Amino acid sequence: MITLNAVRKVFQTRNGPVQAVDDISLRIEQGEIFGIIGYSGAGKSTLIRMLNMLERPSTGTVSVAGQDLAALSNKALRKARQEISMIFQHFNLLWSRTVAENISFPLEIAGVSKEERKKRVAELITLVGLEGRGDSYPSQLSGGQKQRVGIARALANNPKVLLCDEATSALDPKTTDSILNLLVEINKKLGLTIVLITHEMNVIRKICHRVAVMENGKVVEQGPVLELFKRPKQLITKDFLKQVVEPEETTDMIKQLAKAKPESKIIQLKFIGGHAEEPIITSVIRSFDVSVNILQGNVSQTQNGPYGTLFIQLQGEYSEIERAVAFMHEQQVEVEVMAYAD
Amino acid sequence: MLTNLFPHVEWDAILDATYETLYMSAVTILATFILGLILGLVLFLTGKGNMWQNRFFNGIIAAVINVFRSIPFIILIILLLPFTNAIVGDIIGADAALPALIIGAAPFYARMVEIGLREVDRGVIEAARSMGAGAGQIIFKVLIPESLPALISGITVTGIAIIGYTAMAGIVGAGGLGNMAYLQGFQRDQTDVTFVATVIILVIVFVIQIIGDTVTRRLDKR
Repeated sequence: MITLNAVRKVFQTRNGPVQAVDDISLRIEQGEIFGIIGYSGAGKSTLIRMLNMLERPSTGTVSVAGQDLAALSNKALRKARQEISMIFQHFNLLWSRTVAENISFPLEIAGVSKEERKKRVAELITLVGLEGRGDSYPSQLSGGQKQRVGIARALANNPKVLLCDEATSALDPKTTDSILNLLVEINKKLGLTIVLITHEMNVIRKICHRVAVMENGKVVEQGPVLELFKRPKQLITKDFLKQVVEPEETTDMIKQLAKAKPESKIIQLKFIGGHAEEPIITSVIRSFDVSVNILQGNVSQTQNGPYGTLFIQLQGEYSEIERAVAFMHEQQVEVEVMAYAD
Repeated sequence: MLTNLFPHVEWDAILDATYETLYMSAVTILATFILGLILGLVLFLTGKGNMWQNRFFNGIIAAVINVFRSIPFIILIILLLPFTNAIVGDIIGADAALPALIIGAAPFYARMVEIGLREVDRGVIEAARSMGAGAGQIIFKVLIPESLPALISGITVTGIAIIGYTAMAGIVGAGGLGNMAYLQGFQRDQTDVTFVATVIILVIVFVIQIIGDTVTRRLDKR
């Protein structure tokens, strides 16, 4: 659906040229939810803006639905943009228009007749769950409702691609969930390809099928979300994963325990997909002379299947611990011995 | 009773003068609104980071606006006398005042338009572009509606300044209440005429201010 080929973007600034996007090639398939995660300044905003030519690439090609966007005339590009819509972190609604008029805006741009617009706006208001709010002004809505208007507006012209620019970063966790659910719903219902950028791993975990990690203008790692959870390669990816699986208080607690019992070993087990059900802990306790102290565990759902982590502490003879760890390595789980020096 | 209080005031003449002032102000405000809006839009759109970014063109417009805004109005009228004579065919009367009034006020308003347009959220313009809006659609569906309260309060302020200009124009022969206050009030030492002319001008100013404030408040849904 979307192909980026060796795309670069250089900004000329007073302090010399800055490489915002540095040689990125990506393929995004029809109907998938593709996430791009990175810290601010990684170049993800520039990257997503090149998918509708709000930023033109310095070199390289961007093609969406088989069209090379940079080669289009102004008129053809405006037409193409009606099929690549976008939602924004700060919603970017027109305050001078009501909810219904905001949703009608892209239809006016596309030259849709008045009756048709009215009908389509009513459908969209129902689709995003804003019945009865059509005549409100954006200033009378909550953040979540504003983003719903943004989504309805983006869907008005039946786009093929929806670009989400930090669409949930200004929302509280509960509202974020409801907006993410809405995105998954429209992805399934309309078969829409969604590309989103974010700095929150939770957003990636909850709705993305595949993810690319960006750092300093480059994609440093990409793959199916579950694959990345299982075997993160880059340091920055592990950093992002910590947001989801390893909250700060866990890290603190583990440090404390490791200090108190230096002879014990703390181990993180990762259960991916169907293997989450295997009774590995029971086997360890039965087969080896070690005691197992369960510290913390969680299971979360991704679009590719469940994903669980379990932190345990093994106590006993050093050689027995080593054998137990070796046994766990042979099972269908990822094992990581946690090292917390200091 | 009115005759006793204001012995020198000829009410028919006052009515005519009021009409002239209103006529000059209305035409000037309308022309200033249109001309200033166009100038302000061009100034904004050719500015840095906008649709028609063009440093050269922007510089020229900014310079012209600054020059005309800086010339004291009373001098501008005199400087424009030949120009007025050429296009109106007269240098006395209400119509003769119009070119100077418009050329004096439009640049002032153009700056206010530019400031108002700069307040429009860039994200909203970006959103319109992402939907495939062209330049005309961005101007008429985004920039103008989203800055309308600023545009209206700007024309209110400018309109009040224009009333003041018409009074000044009266001194060099434009007619209206300013002319009456100067010729009949000041030069013939008939203070009551000056007083009545002043009160009427004040009433006009207040009415414009009230209308402007009300419209601005109604339009602003932020």
